[in-house]
Amino acid sequence: MTAVVNSSRVERSPAIAQLRRRLAWARANLFARPIDVLLTSTIAAAAVALLWAIVPWAFIDAVWVGENRAACRPDAACWAFIVNRGGQFLYGFYPQPERWRVNAVFLIFAVSVFLLLRRDTPGKRVVAFFLLLVFPILGYVLLHGGVAGLSRVTTDKWGGLSLTLLLGVAGIVVSFPIAIVLALGRQSEMPLFRWASIAYIEICRGLPLIAVLFMARILLPYAFPVGSEFDPLALAVTGIILFESAYLAEVFRGGFQAIPKGQAEAAAAIGFGYWRTAIYVTLPQMLRVVVPGVVNNAIALVKNTTLVVILGLFEVLNIVAAGAADPDWLGLHAEGYVFVGLVFWGLCFAMSRYSQSLEREIKAAERQ
Amino acid sequence: MTSTGLSTPQIAARPVTLGRNLTGRQRRHILYQAAFLLVLCALLWLAWRNVEANLAVRKLALGFSFLRQEAGFGISFSIIPYAETDTYLRVFVVGLSNTLLIALLGIIAATLLGFAIGIARLSPNWAVAKAALVYIETVRNLPLLLHVLIWYNVVIRSLPPSRQAVNLLDAVFLSNRGIFVPSLETSLGWETLALLVGGAVAAIAGILRRARRWREETGQPTRVAIPIVFILAVALLLVAGWGQLRVSWPALQGFNFSGGMALSPELSALVVALAVYNASFIAELVRGSIEAIGKGQREAAAALGLDRGRILKLVIIPQAMRVLVPPLTNQYLHLVKASSLATVIGYPDLVNVFVGTSLNQTGRAIEIMAMTMAVYLVLSLAITGLSNLQSRRLRLVER
Repeated sequence: MTAVVNSSRVERSPAIAQLRRRLAWARANLFARPIDVLLTSTIAAAAVALLWAIVPWAFIDAVWVGENRAACRPDAACWAFIVNRGGQFLYGFYPQPERWRVNAVFLIFAVSVFLLLRRDTPGKRVVAFFLLLVFPILGYVLLHGGVAGLSRVTTDKWGGLSLTLLLGVAGIVVSFPIAIVLALGRQSEMPLFRWASIAYIEICRGLPLIAVLFMARILLPYAFPVGSEFDPLALAVTGIILFESAYLAEVFRGGFQAIPKGQAEAAAAIGFGYWRTAIYVTLPQMLRVVVPGVVNNAIALVKNTTLVVILGLFEVLNIVAAGAADPDWLGLHAEGYVFVGLVFWGLCFAMSRYSQSLEREIKAAERQ
Repeated sequence: MTSTGLSTPQIAARPVTLGRNLTGRQRRHILYQAAFLLVLCALLWLAWRNVEANLAVRKLALGFSFLRQEAGFGISFSIIPYAETDTYLRVFVVGLSNTLLIALLGIIAATLLGFAIGIARLSPNWAVAKAALVYIETVRNLPLLLHVLIWYNVVIRSLPPSRQAVNLLDAVFLSNRGIFVPSLETSLGWETLALLVGGAVAAIAGILRRARRWREETGQPTRVAIPIVFILAVALLLVAGWGQLRVSWPALQGFNFSGGMALSPELSALVVALAVYNASFIAELVRGSIEAIGKGQREAAAALGLDRGRILKLVIIPQAMRVLVPPLTNQYLHLVKASSLATVIGYPDLVNVFVGTSLNQTGRAIEIMAMTMAVYLVLSLAITGLSNLQSRRLRLVER
């Protein structure tokens, strides 16, 4: 009895109670066994050592402004490299006064994706139609120019992070309809369509992206008339689309399989044919289920688009290499990689968080 | 009764009136497929005509005779003997063996690291679990190519030169010229060695199989440690006595190391990057598969009086493996394909020496791409096949 009174008196002081709870938590979760004491202190020491190494390098001794690497200290980060070359990192060799066009394309893409993913946007169909059919052409016209008073910017000037992201966007958007057709084909009752889809999907999934890119770059021109001219960027995009549509098709197939059979049977019972069943019954339900899968695929694709460096495109990692080979900024790979890494990390982390929360939502909805 | 009576004459009549008995739907299907086939053939025919015209312009004829020509270029690293005077076929084999080496080392390292981190992620120790989480989230959101370039251009380059190499126990040396590790050397040819290793593996597998059958039939515990140790000892003695086995230690001589095995900067960077990157995915798979096992399993095993180690070994791991194998194989497949990134930093893998240098020298684009694609497709099929076999073995036997 007295013990109870005692403890309640102590817990009256909230600060002490909180401290007690924290200590109890630490004992249970950090120092439960002797080995835990060792592990916890090792990890704490490693974390401190890491911060001790990174903070002075990246912040305290780092130099942000300068004309060349002479302005920087050899033992600290030289962010002046990134600051001076920021435009190139983002836009490659796209002419300065025209860079708003790149921004506009990404803005349009971001707004339409946002509208598409938001729960209660009216007229989602129009947005989807715009994104899948109008946007690729509009984007190309805006970036390439040559019409409507826009000056012409040839694709060899495109580069930097915007090119990496552009390849990812083009890969997903253009692959989307192709992948739906492939997924429908793989489930078709007609053996020829089924076999053709399976062969395409399995071959493209069995090859590394590098091999598919080389295939597009080296083999594709052979299939066109002698003397045809090819834009290297167009060939790279073709390779990415060949590759990505096979992966997306498998995501969509999973989505189709998740729809109860009764749905298609009910549609058949009210006299719907194949296309009407697909368009009004199975496709809309499938698209709702596959969003997390598509986002996960987009994450993988955005990371993979860096591989176009092997085709000599001025993708952002090639810009870093070129910058670090410049006598003014010789050997500053680390700073470039940290910058590129932060951008990719932020992008991919945000996307993966989104897809995780969506998965949880779908699961919760299923349980009800 | 009536239905069978009706259907019999129809079936009999079918060969005579072929096509008449098809429903409209079936007829439409045949029409669609015929049209598709026609379009496909027309496209392929057009493409083929262009290919022939393109080949004619380049004065090339399709064929694999170039494989017998002398390659005439050097390859910086190979695990099988290679000289500049060797043929393109040899180049292909060297590239393939280098790819397989990277893939194998990468798979082993990624698996070890991935399992360790996956288990750490489930640790009751908060700091350990959070450290594993930070590792996973940091690593997997960066492109693999960035990992490779960071290890190659930043980490390995910033290691000291050979003379001041980081010395780990006088056995392993880290320098900007690569990593130097001890190696085993024997006078035996690789054929004899392969035979010996194969024999030992087969003998051990046989013993384990018999022990398992014995255990399943009688329920008695079996002791397999002694015969296995015996077999290993015999094999080791054979190699040591007959093949003059000795360990070659790396040692500094002049400006570089001699002895031991040299892992070039390219190889080291690639293996480390592949391991670090794929480990983050494997860790999540391991965690997922262990969490997929119901809590009741653990509790039931504890109620039977099994200790922690046995619960893991006899109850959790066998069930987790069943969940783990298919996605893990998929990850291995990714790793094998991703090993083609080697070409970016100049490690002489299949893509680098064959699709790169050989193609540039011979111009045999179609043949070389076909061979390379065949290699990756066969590798994919082989790994998928092995995984299917394994999951069939692990499949739940419902009684």
